[in-house]
Amino acid sequence: MQVNEYKPLIVAFCCNWCSYAGADLAGNNRLSYPDNVKIIRVPCSCRVNPMFVLRAFQRGADGVILCGCHPGDCHYTSGNYYTRRRMALLFSMLDYLGIERERTRVEWCSAAEGAKFAQTMNEFTEAVAALGENKRLEDLRCKE
Amino acid sequence: MQRITREMLTSKAISLLNDGTVSAVLGWREGEFSYDLTPSLFYTAEDIEQNFVFNDFCGANFSKYLVTKTLGIEGKILAFLKPCDTYSFNQLLTEHRIDRSKVYVVGISCDGMADISKIRAITGDGISSISCEPDGLKVQTIYDDEPKTVSYEDAMAERCICCKSKKHVCYDELIGEEGEENPDCNRFGKVAELEAMTPDERFAFWRGELSRCIRCNACRDVCPACTCEKCVFNNPNSGAENKAPATSFEEQMFHIIRAFHVAGRCTDCGECSRVCPQHIPLHLLNRKFIKDINTFYGEYQAGKEVGSRAPLVDYTTGDLEPGQVFEREGM
Repeated sequence: MQVNEYKPLIVAFCCNWCSYAGADLAGNNRLSYPDNVKIIRVPCSCRVNPMFVLRAFQRGADGVILCGCHPGDCHYTSGNYYTRRRMALLFSMLDYLGIERERTRVEWCSAAEGAKFAQTMNEFTEAVAALGENKRLEDLRCKE
Repeated sequence: MQRITREMLTSKAISLLNDGTVSAVLGWREGEFSYDLTPSLFYTAEDIEQNFVFNDFCGANFSKYLVTKTLGIEGKILAFLKPCDTYSFNQLLTEHRIDRSKVYVVGISCDGMADISKIRAITGDGISSISCEPDGLKVQTIYDDEPKTVSYEDAMAERCICCKSKKHVCYDELIGEEGEENPDCNRFGKVAELEAMTPDERFAFWRGELSRCIRCNACRDVCPACTCEKCVFNNPNSGAENKAPATSFEEQMFHIIRAFHVAGRCTDCGECSRVCPQHIPLHLLNRKFIKDINTFYGEYQAGKEVGSRAPLVDYTTGDLEPGQVFEREGM
């Protein structure tokens, strides 16, 4: 067994109504996904300020994924539509600044999609692990 | 196009001041150097006659000054706005930051303002005075006996070369001729150039540019879209108020967030790059957002119409998914 195997730190923002419940379902169904995925529960995917994403990167996250209800199913009617526009622009901007585009992702995942949640996290962790550590956006001033 | 002269502006200002239409005039006063002008309020005709300045260095966008200046004054303020300034003015009206009834807008036609750093690149340092003559700018430096002539084309600011519009979108009165919008200005040329680079090249480019940032906040202070009374960057607990080691990509957070805060509201006036003491091309960040908004959600020009809905506070059910951003052709 390799001792110093690199494990990327993944921050997953999950909306309370769909994706967080989806993560719960994945757990109940005994579906495994990497333990280095750290879930942060937010009331709605729209709660995620672009600053949250950048801060996560600054503090050492290697990948950030946002999960919310499917468009049209938002608990607050339209929150995820705004998220969609915001994150499309933010990710495009990060790419423009030379940050690997595989480090960021938005995935819609409902409360019934436990399997999709686990699969998404497995895939995303694998993709980020292939990129290696995030050096471009980390900020030593923000680390504890 | 007929050049706007100082006399045209002062005579207009004095007549409007004398007949009581306005109670103050927002104009330019001489600063430390003849190319370094200070925006200032004038209350009397004598003051205007003696101290009002207008030349090719009047690049400052006056619309933001009106947010605070209209608050503590009785009556109207006369503001001279160039075409690009009127877009910012309209955007501020849309955001209810300026009371339209307190401003008398005199639109002035503009064929581009001069950029002192471009002149300095031609004549060298030590500029003691500059005068605007019909055939060009006469630049006197302390090292030369004779003044050097720099043509207006060579001195023109980058943002004016790819000017998006010479048309005033808002005015009470106009001095000079009304121009046209210029859709072929190629203002996204440099953005497209950067997009065509590899991620490593882009990262190297931006690290080189942004690591020069000294966090003076001049870009925020001058930006007509940044009018919040409480700004997130004034928070002493943000942990990012001081400089990081030059080896890290230190100022990215500040600049990404600042560009994001004005995304969809930025009229592309170019003030951020003009005032940057480190000459960071900050407008390229804003233009990236404008270009993306135009391609993802349809053409949108902030400030073109009062009351238009900014793209980030709007949505359609068929919008592009964030994952599709990079799947499109050529990205």
